[in-house]
Amino acid sequence: MGKKPTQTDILQGTLDMLILQILAPGPAHGHTIAYAIERRSEEVLLVEHGSLYPALHRLEDRAWIASFWGTSENNRKARYYRLTATGRKQLSEEMSRWERVVRAVNQVLRPAQE
Amino acid sequence: MNWRRFLKRRWWDEERAREIAAYLENETADNLARGMPPAEAAAAARRKFGNPGLVREEIYRMNTIGWLESTWQDLRYGLRTLRLSPGFTAVAVVSLALGIGANTAIFQLLDAVRLRSLPVRNPQELAEVKIVGGNHGLGLNQTYGELTRPIWQAIGGKPRAFSEMFAWSANQRYVGKGSEMRSFRGLWVSGEFFRVLGVRPWRGRLLMPEDAGACPVTRAVVSYTYWQSHLAGREPGPGLKLIVDNDLVEIVGVTPAEFFGISVGDNFDIALPFCQPKEELRRDVFEVSVMGRLKPGWTLPRASAEMQTLSSGIFEATVPPGRDARTVETYKHFRLAVYAAAQGVSWLRETYDRSLWLLLGITGLVLLIACANLANLMLARASTRERELAVRLALGASRSRLVRQLLAESALLAAAGTALGVALARSLSGVLVWAISTGDSSLNLNTAMDWRVLVFAAAAAVLTCAAFGVLPALRAAQAQPAAAMKAGGRGMTAGRERFSLQRLMVVTQISVSLVLLVAALLFVRSFRNLMTFDPGMRESGIVTGFLGFWQSNLPPQRWLEFKRELLDEIRATPGVIDAATTTNAPLLGSSWEHGVHVGAVEGSSKFTWVSPGYFDTMGIPVVRGRAFNQDDTAASTRVAVVNQTFVRRLLGGAEPLGKTIRTIQEANYPSTVYQIVGAIPDTQYNDLRGKTPPMTFAPASQLPAPGPWTGLMIHSNAPSAAIGAAIKRELAARHPDVIVELSDFQKDIRDELTPERLMAMLSGFFGMLAALLAMVGLYGVISFLVARRRNEIGIRLALGAERGQVVAMVMREAGRLLAIGIVTGAALSLVAGRGAGSLLFGLKPYDPLTLIGAAVLLALIAAAASFLPARRASRLDPMVALRDE
Repeated sequence: MGKKPTQTDILQGTLDMLILQILAPGPAHGHTIAYAIERRSEEVLLVEHGSLYPALHRLEDRAWIASFWGTSENNRKARYYRLTATGRKQLSEEMSRWERVVRAVNQVLRPAQE
Repeated sequence: MNWRRFLKRRWWDEERAREIAAYLENETADNLARGMPPAEAAAAARRKFGNPGLVREEIYRMNTIGWLESTWQDLRYGLRTLRLSPGFTAVAVVSLALGIGANTAIFQLLDAVRLRSLPVRNPQELAEVKIVGGNHGLGLNQTYGELTRPIWQAIGGKPRAFSEMFAWSANQRYVGKGSEMRSFRGLWVSGEFFRVLGVRPWRGRLLMPEDAGACPVTRAVVSYTYWQSHLAGREPGPGLKLIVDNDLVEIVGVTPAEFFGISVGDNFDIALPFCQPKEELRRDVFEVSVMGRLKPGWTLPRASAEMQTLSSGIFEATVPPGRDARTVETYKHFRLAVYAAAQGVSWLRETYDRSLWLLLGITGLVLLIACANLANLMLARASTRERELAVRLALGASRSRLVRQLLAESALLAAAGTALGVALARSLSGVLVWAISTGDSSLNLNTAMDWRVLVFAAAAAVLTCAAFGVLPALRAAQAQPAAAMKAGGRGMTAGRERFSLQRLMVVTQISVSLVLLVAALLFVRSFRNLMTFDPGMRESGIVTGFLGFWQSNLPPQRWLEFKRELLDEIRATPGVIDAATTTNAPLLGSSWEHGVHVGAVEGSSKFTWVSPGYFDTMGIPVVRGRAFNQDDTAASTRVAVVNQTFVRRLLGGAEPLGKTIRTIQEANYPSTVYQIVGAIPDTQYNDLRGKTPPMTFAPASQLPAPGPWTGLMIHSNAPSAAIGAAIKRELAARHPDVIVELSDFQKDIRDELTPERLMAMLSGFFGMLAALLAMVGLYGVISFLVARRRNEIGIRLALGAERGQVVAMVMREAGRLLAIGIVTGAALSLVAGRGAGSLLFGLKPYDPLTLIGAAVLLALIAAAASFLPARRASRLDPMVALRDE
């Protein structure tokens, strides 16, 4: 029962960061988060919304996010996620790292535009 | 790995399932709001989400611990497959349980006798002071007696190695009055004994230094068992008194139930303090064992070195009187050393150590045979499951996973076998203790499970599992899916190699069972030799006994006369043919020796003082000269009767009559000259197994240091129990203050043979068990082989082979295995036999008759085991066999 590499594996870090970022303004439930990622990533990162949930589980397990059952805007039960203090710290670290990587890659791809 | 997550994995799974359901509801609702028809809305939501099952599985996998989960699965699967073949499971578990149970039981006994520490405070600090190399048989030696009491006093508080010391001795004495008198197992202790050992009283108080003073003893404590059985659990104190050896003794306390003294396997009834008699303590009675607690930092060698320096002062100060110069010189050069004593002392160790290790080896081999059998069964099973395994491999299972799965089955079998075996061992070890216990001396052994026994059983389980599980599992996992599936129901192709593995197992079984059968036959024959061995005297119809009359308060000069009166009364009892007194009952272990000068020859001889009629009573012919008679009195010439070994060794084979023996002086035994008046043939002395030493008999009337007691030998034609009861009744009526102890001579001799009987019984049992297991193994393999060759045999039969030829063909195969097995087994027996040599009587470990007997027995068993499948093969209907194809 070996693990097979998937798209999420490759983009996992990115997905994690996106989830944290989406939760930064305030709690949201899975459905909302899924749509937000879909919108923002133009459907590259989340082909099926289901693959969001293992990521949520992983983040919760690392205690970067916490969850609770609540009622959604249209009055349905939903599991809400919010950022923890560790998660917030993690988000800023991830973002700065991401920016460093992007800058570096950009410099390789488009060297010194005069 | 995360245990918290692992333990909550089911909860999380349900939680996520609910969450996914919530997502789907939300999405469906949104879709409806967008105007989709209801059926379409739900389907679209599911499409959007993907496969909920996969998502849940992924999350579940994040939570679980892979190997644990798969092991659990393997075990459950193994349990299911084992449940599907209850016959196989039962055979496997029972044979393992027998093997492991027997091993564990023997180990429990070894543990109890040899490894277990005394149940006292910090037993590992205990050490014993002993003379290096023993005392060379000087003086009187009691069981466990290493030093004399004067030596103990001379050691005093001198050694700095010990923080505290104590001395103890064990001896059988008498409690009660007159014919009510009973012997008890006495424990004599120095005042510090209980305090140093850290024993706490169960009731009252234990003995303290102030209890040890001048004789007579006035206070004692009793063991818990004695308190319960003989004192009805009455409160100790001034109200509870016993007459011990004529003295009134107050029982001041009771020891706890688990305390049995220092000697493992024994128990004591009454513990009394050493007392200081009016006369000086005897310096030639080695009766005490001296122990102490080593101070921290004092190792045994360091403590021994200190004792070594103290030795010469101690021995100089305690020289026993009345010894010749050479003995005194030897005595002064004795050296003391310190030995570990955490496990206490035990006569069982000398008697049973070798037997127990040997039995452990034997049961180990039985377990090996059981494992070989199981491995064969597993191999056979694997071949019937070839297709199943091939399918699993084809579906993508890894080989390592298959091996693990097959091993899980073995592990389950091993675990079940061990659990059952450990339960079995508890009763088995009880039976063993019972078998070692003889008549009146019941063994007090703690065979309760301790960590050593559990570790032993667990190790046995792991080893057996590895032994019978690993090879078949590895073999099975090598299945080639394509080949196995193509070959149809019957594997024509898979074969040769697995077969030779099975053959190897059978050869191993046969050779190991031959070793065990040889051992069994050796021990059974050795025991039979002992049982039928003629000791040169009458054994049956003899009652042996002891008379003690120290409570009669007769003056010493009346003792001899009184003994004669008692003997006459016994001879007058109806049913008694003859009776005699003796200072030593033969064959039962007791011994008395004097150094002698016979002419110019110096040597030593056993000495026994007997009443006239002793040789008639014991059926020993006097071949030269005369026996003793009433004219040999205390006043007449000292006379003696000697045996042939005496004549050979001390007289150089010369005519004995008229020669004189001069004894070397000892305390209470001044140098005396005896004239030889008769000679008897050689008889055994104090042991059925031993070599006959030079022996001298002298008249009881001429015993230099008589006491108010005597040994008895009574020849009768009535059953011993009846004659014994009659004599006791008679004597009790006329002499209420005489102690009478009687028992059957032959039974006492047989009790001395308990180690041999145990070996014969157990090795015989295990030998049969081994042969049985080997038979099952051979039967299984031959049957399997026949089944595999069904087509071939069918074709042979169809082409006109005789049925007899088919039988012969199968039997030849079995015969080949048997031959190889017997040859290797014989070689192994010869090697293994060396360990048993010292336990055998009247035959050598490489006894050819035994070897041939065992081989023939095994061959017969093997022939029977292989004939059945061979006959089945010959009755095969060729049409049926071929049509199956």
